[in-house]
Amino acid sequence: MIEGFTALYIFMLAAFTGYEVIARVPVILHTPLMSGSNFVHGIVLVGAMVALGHADSNLERWIGFFGVLLASMNAVGGYVVTERMLEMFKSSKGDR
Amino acid sequence: MGAVIQISYFLAAVLFILGLKRMSSPVTARGGIVWAGVGMLVATFVTFFWHGLDNYTLMIAAIAIGSIAAWVSGKRVAMTAMPQMIALYNGMGGGAAAAIAAVELVRGADGHSQAVMGLAVAGGLIGTVSFSGSLIAFAKLQGLIKRSIVFPMQQPFNLAVLAAAAVIGGMLPFQEAGGTLVFVFFALVLAFGVLMTLPIGGADMPVVISLYNALTGLAVGFEGFVLNNAAMIIAGTVVGAAGSLLTQLMAKAMNRSIANVLFGAFGHAPQAAATDSEGGTLKPIDPDDAGIMMAYSSKVVVVPGYGMAVAQAQHKIWELAELLEERGVRVKFAIHPVAGRMPGHMNVLLAEAGVPYDKIYDLDEINPEFPTADVALVIGANDVVNPVARTNPESPIYGMPILNVDQSKNVLVIKRGQGKGFSGIENALFGKDNTRMLYGDAQDMVGKLIQAVKRL
Repeated sequence: MIEGFTALYIFMLAAFTGYEVIARVPVILHTPLMSGSNFVHGIVLVGAMVALGHADSNLERWIGFFGVLLASMNAVGGYVVTERMLEMFKSSKGDR
Repeated sequence: MGAVIQISYFLAAVLFILGLKRMSSPVTARGGIVWAGVGMLVATFVTFFWHGLDNYTLMIAAIAIGSIAAWVSGKRVAMTAMPQMIALYNGMGGGAAAAIAAVELVRGADGHSQAVMGLAVAGGLIGTVSFSGSLIAFAKLQGLIKRSIVFPMQQPFNLAVLAAAAVIGGMLPFQEAGGTLVFVFFALVLAFGVLMTLPIGGADMPVVISLYNALTGLAVGFEGFVLNNAAMIIAGTVVGAAGSLLTQLMAKAMNRSIANVLFGAFGHAPQAAATDSEGGTLKPIDPDDAGIMMAYSSKVVVVPGYGMAVAQAQHKIWELAELLEERGVRVKFAIHPVAGRMPGHMNVLLAEAGVPYDKIYDLDEINPEFPTADVALVIGANDVVNPVARTNPESPIYGMPILNVDQSKNVLVIKRGQGKGFSGIENALFGKDNTRMLYGDAQDMVGKLIQAVKRL
């Protein structure tokens, strides 16, 4: 179990990591990077799967189904659009 | 199996962080999303083997439907519509986080402490706001909602809705299980997300989308604590922090504070300052003459705006630039941080046309170069090249960093008509002595310029 202060430490370290990782990003990548981070929080899919998997009543099943549906759209859609955008970034020195 | 799942989640978290790191440089960006994608696949796959899961049919059906719908829409969407698509997918993520919270709250504490249930409520609140808010942002940018909806006492009313939701949310961890209070809570928060987003104008939407992206990350992190899922905690929190920073950077690029974007409506001030006329008449120029002017220059700076993207002129522009380069003209592209619908959006559109990213320059890099440029070609950009932002303290855009196009030796402006820009402010650049106007559709006009250069 992740409890109390351990949780707080993980939260703090992850927040600093997120901040540092993109601290010096050039403006040209703002849109793709936002799209990329949008994809990363698609990890909510695993949580939605667990929530649906443990659902006992019909109401819980419906909400869980809805959650998994939305989460998989977040993950797949986020990946597809980010990949499409980044694919187009080429250097004039590179293999065009 | 538990250990394998934990190791896989750990691996996924590492891949997400490395992937985001790689995405922050154009050279490695492509690999970054692939790394993050591998992390996601691994994490999703092992979750099927989570201890004591049920409802597999529903689970697989939901994943299949969601994935196919998102795959098809993501592949089809035009690059110009990318910002609203990101908003839409982000809203889905917020909704999913809210759904997890809803399942937990409907079931009741079930062994969780009240602190953990409090986190579930907080994540549910943030995720739901992100969900309904993102849907409104999508509808606005897609043109489904045409105008900003403003009514008297709007901010106090919104605040009251939020306060009511927060009070009910605060009660939820202390009650037995489920009940109508859970539904009232989610209904109020859904309404708040809609109400909060409706008055915000289209120009500010990118900042709002970015903010909701950060909020979804945070909501995912909170629900990760509730489900005791380390991958969700780390990925969600990293995105929450990265997204907050990105939101700040975007707001700064637009010379706006986040509070100003959320609570002040932009479209209200301009009428007051629109009266100042900086003099000068608009002088049209023939496309042939403009083509000759560029062909015999040594340096041309192209300044594209959203008008270029609307006219789908980016491919033609690159053709023109290549033609000029063959004649020995140095061509550079100058992009204002808020050109397009979102910072970086214009870069994506130019990249789509095949313009290499090392020919594209930021505001800070290109501004010192305008005085040595023979021609600055402005295509469908308006407010971001308006010199009143430097000169007239009365103007609503005063203080916004702009591209100093007016300092180059000659300025060519391609413009559809004599109308005003997005903010409704008169543009002093157009009346300058060294400015010539090319009236017409951006794509047609660039085509004519290409013909003119080819004939030489």
